[in-house]
Amino acid sequence: MAELSLPPRDLNRRALFLRGMMEAAPFNLAVIPFSLLFGVVAVEAGFDIAQIMGMAVVVIAGAAQLTAIQLMQENAPTVMVIVAACAVNLRMAMYSASLAPHLSHGPLKWRLVLSYFLVDHVYAMTIAEYPKRPEWSFHDKATYYMGLSLGVLPSWYLFSYIGAVIGSQIPESFALDFAGPIMFTALAAPLIRGAANIAAALTAVVVALLAADLPYSFGMVVGAVAGISVGVAVETWRATRRADHD
Amino acid sequence: MIDQWDESTIWLIIVVLGIATYLIRFSFIGFMGGRETPEWALRILRFVPVTVLPALVAPAIMWPAATGGETDPARLAAACAALTAGVVFRNAVAGFGVGIAALFLLMNLT
Repeated sequence: MAELSLPPRDLNRRALFLRGMMEAAPFNLAVIPFSLLFGVVAVEAGFDIAQIMGMAVVVIAGAAQLTAIQLMQENAPTVMVIVAACAVNLRMAMYSASLAPHLSHGPLKWRLVLSYFLVDHVYAMTIAEYPKRPEWSFHDKATYYMGLSLGVLPSWYLFSYIGAVIGSQIPESFALDFAGPIMFTALAAPLIRGAANIAAALTAVVVALLAADLPYSFGMVVGAVAGISVGVAVETWRATRRADHD
Repeated sequence: MIDQWDESTIWLIIVVLGIATYLIRFSFIGFMGGRETPEWALRILRFVPVTVLPALVAPAIMWPAATGGETDPARLAAACAALTAGVVFRNAVAGFGVGIAALFLLMNLT
């Protein structure tokens, strides 16, 4: 009955936190195979358990972690390993920028904490929810955010560990190697709406395929830069055309 | 294999990548102080996920590492299923579920 002695605000917060955790639950279906994949790939590449868990905890960005491991296997220079993995993580700058109007006025210590927990599904869920909740205070937003994040992170750590321990014992018929590409396809698909996004995504795919032979995942960077340029150009062109019609 | 990498270099990569990733996450939340992000920056950043993710996965889908770079109809079809479901349902979880189910069926039925 301890809950009943809490002031109503905190009861609210608890409900918000639990709501975040519940809404994050389905994302475990994506995170579990993906973290397993990371653990398996890392251990097969020759990482030890401490390094695997260190990476899972310090970086918490599966695609970047897998990119780094892949480049290390290709014997890329250390700087290129870090540059390519950071390029994969640049999408998080976009997450940070679009959440800034909702979060950047909060206390610094909270912003320092929230930043660590900014992962894909947290962004996708909060950016859909915050605009509908103008009555939420910063702490309400932060509470929901943390619920979303902590609904998934235990699986992330645990299954990275399990992946590292069971290593190559997972049957090939599960095609775990492909959980990553499927997840990133699924994350990108709902975002590709409207002419500018379609043009940007198509350009990125075509250029990345054409440039796939470039060393050290440079093809990905070239494809992304080409796609962004085309997207911005299409959007600007449509905006000026709309302005001309007015 | 990673044998060529000594212990300290691996840890260096882990730590530097961790710090860089944290700073990328902190960037705008940390420094905007409640101000709106400038429109031109948002315009560029908006296209980051719709370009980086496809550019990252397109080669992995066309030439999967697990098959030694040979195009695999099952994996390709599963990726198309994930893309279609993600677009139709406008939902990443639905896209992922359909893609994984398709992959599992195609890998085990053919």
